[in-house]
Amino acid sequence: MRLTIERGALLKALGHVQSVVERRNTIPILSNVLIEARDGSVTFAATDLDIEIVDGAEADVERQGAITVPAHLLYEIVRKLPDGSQVRLDLSSDDPRVTITAGRGRYHLPVLAAGDFPAMSSGSFDSRFVLERAALARLIDRTRFAISTEETRYYLNGVYLHSASGDSGPALRAVATDGHRLALADYPQPAGATAVKGVIIPRKTVQELRRLLDDAADEVEIAVSDAKIQFSFGRTTLTSKLIDGTFPDYTRVIPRGNSRIMTVRNDEFSRAVDRVATMAAERSRSIKLSLSDGKVVLAVNSPETGAATEEVEASYGSDAMDIGFNAKYLLDIAGQIGSGEAQFEFADAASPTLVRDGNDPNALFVLMPLRV
Amino acid sequence: MGVNRALPSLCRDCFSHWETQVGPDNGRCQACGGRRVVSHAGLSEFTIAHIDCDAFFAAIHKRDQPELRDKAVIVGGGKRGVVATCCYLARASGVRSAMPMFKALKLCPEAVVIAPQMSLYAKEGKAIRQAMQALTPLVEAVSIDEAYLDLSGTEKMHHGSAAETLARFQSRIEADHGLTVSVGLSCNKFLAKTASDLDKPRGFAILAPEDVPTLIWPRSVGFLHGVGPAFVKALNRDGFQCVGDLAAVGKEDLIRRYGDGGLRLFNMAHGTDTRRVEPETERKSISTETTFHHDLVSREDLEPLLQSLCAKLGAICRGKGHAGRVLTLKLKTAGFQTITRRLTLSEPTATGYVMLDALRPLLLQELKRGPFRLMGVGVSDLGPLEGADQGDLLNQSAPRRAALERALDSVHARFGKAMVRTLRS
Repeated sequence: MRLTIERGALLKALGHVQSVVERRNTIPILSNVLIEARDGSVTFAATDLDIEIVDGAEADVERQGAITVPAHLLYEIVRKLPDGSQVRLDLSSDDPRVTITAGRGRYHLPVLAAGDFPAMSSGSFDSRFVLERAALARLIDRTRFAISTEETRYYLNGVYLHSASGDSGPALRAVATDGHRLALADYPQPAGATAVKGVIIPRKTVQELRRLLDDAADEVEIAVSDAKIQFSFGRTTLTSKLIDGTFPDYTRVIPRGNSRIMTVRNDEFSRAVDRVATMAAERSRSIKLSLSDGKVVLAVNSPETGAATEEVEASYGSDAMDIGFNAKYLLDIAGQIGSGEAQFEFADAASPTLVRDGNDPNALFVLMPLRV
Repeated sequence: MGVNRALPSLCRDCFSHWETQVGPDNGRCQACGGRRVVSHAGLSEFTIAHIDCDAFFAAIHKRDQPELRDKAVIVGGGKRGVVATCCYLARASGVRSAMPMFKALKLCPEAVVIAPQMSLYAKEGKAIRQAMQALTPLVEAVSIDEAYLDLSGTEKMHHGSAAETLARFQSRIEADHGLTVSVGLSCNKFLAKTASDLDKPRGFAILAPEDVPTLIWPRSVGFLHGVGPAFVKALNRDGFQCVGDLAAVGKEDLIRRYGDGGLRLFNMAHGTDTRRVEPETERKSISTETTFHHDLVSREDLEPLLQSLCAKLGAICRGKGHAGRVLTLKLKTAGFQTITRRLTLSEPTATGYVMLDALRPLLLQELKRGPFRLMGVGVSDLGPLEGADQGDLLNQSAPRRAALERALDSVHARFGKAMVRTLRS
């Protein structure tokens, strides 16, 4: 194998695939990136056996071939090369190493045979559809903060993607919950997505995908089967196993008919929450909201750290009430709502509260109160 | 210990003190002529004691049923259970505590087997504990019938040395409770515990670090506290047969070989122990278990038992004011293999229903390894009861279930356990 590639293109392709490689591996070849050189192009593949990312780049290929080299090592070398340099990768039969030449530098990297690299059998996919990049990024952003890390309820360790009937017709819906909060986002059903009967996309896949979407083309092709999901855009393909479990019936968790409505300017509210929460005890991060006519008072009272209160203007006309929340969870949700209005729908101090984004009818959040 | 050195002596019958010029073996009390004399160089200075009731459960039954006095008595659960305690007559036949009952009855077929009556023992144990706490606030309970006491600084209050206070305590327990205890006295917990075992039953032994080479070095390494069968095997393989072998090598060598355990071995082999007598050590876990009458294999048989164990564990937790996040399931196979499986919950619980729901899948996973002779459940990573069982979005019934079980607790407390049950139990 012998090829020459521009440093920027190489860095970008390696950057896309290398982050899936775990820092520590018991199987040595999983630390490596698979490089395959064909006519005029080169592809890079990395996997952790659950996720596989493949990316490609234009290259001047003198001799075709395939080999694997340590992914993080190669990435670090390429990252430190000067911008615009031409990088030559050379594997000759008389040296059991890959030689990388750039400018006046030469690097020799150990290799493992390409034939031993575990290929993820893509199998056949039941349904395929196309989604705009921005729509997919939004579905992820709105929900991923609520993904659970708890091992016993492993089926919550991802985003649940499925077809549902939303407020404005059929929708592709993303839901995530860790039991303390739930996040839901809808997008008008793309053609062909009707067959998505519900898949749980693992947390790591969600994070990798979101990272790749920053560089992605405008449209993403999504293919789904019972056990796998594949996202393709441009030269990049991400294939991942799905979580094999049943996502709970989240619709029972979303409160209906909560009658005490509070509307606040979200940026003002969330900055106040952030300030007051500075005083909250590390463990519970509990903050109390006291609602009354036209205002909400945020309060933290911790025997160790001290006390804080702050008043925020709010539109609220129901009976006065006190309710406690985890400040971090409150801020996570506020972070999704942006600069518009946030609408809180309360039932009582012990029941789930619904939070809506005044600017986005296609997202909603549910928050479990804390006892205060 | 030269013959000419004056040895402090104490009579355990009349509590008189004197210094003897002869060796401790043929001492007789100079005041009452009694033979129960303790002589030791450390008699008037040592203050750390270990007190252990002799064959506690069995002794209580013998006291209450005088006709059992000359019979071998074994306290334990049924034919399938294990020996909880046995009297000294049964021990003479080779019966030991924790021995399976069938084995014990093979050794001692004439024994009278009595099912444990924990509430009776708890009452008696508590009374003895209170008597200990009257001697010093520094009482560290090890079990229902066993405790460490630190008597330093109590000499003025009790008008006598720690040894004298303990001797008086010993005879008072005999008079007031009809039970005998053994006392070990030394300068640290390890030696005190070792001493209380030397002279059982109704014993009183004093041990100084100087006695370690003659009394402890010849013993097998398994004699040391915390050295179980597996560790014994490892030590034997490395050439350590008796405690003296351990004393012969350096501290660094033992630490290199066995880590922290090596340091403990070194300390014990030299009779040093820096642990303090700490009253009321924090509880780390709560558990309960049951041995079946016959080996059980089916889900239909095991699941209801898991349910009642969980209900019982929940009630114990609530009674003690604890809740925990880590649950453990323990199973012992018919082949005496112990299987333990644990899981961590998203929030602490003290509710049997929650425990059952979490542990049931673990039981079902292990079913194929049956038949089983024992099942147990435990909870650890304990915290306060407040704040437990709050539930979450996906488990909004948790607070209600917890409230229901608390309500059942108070009904059971008033009317007894048989009165009200949930539909599932």
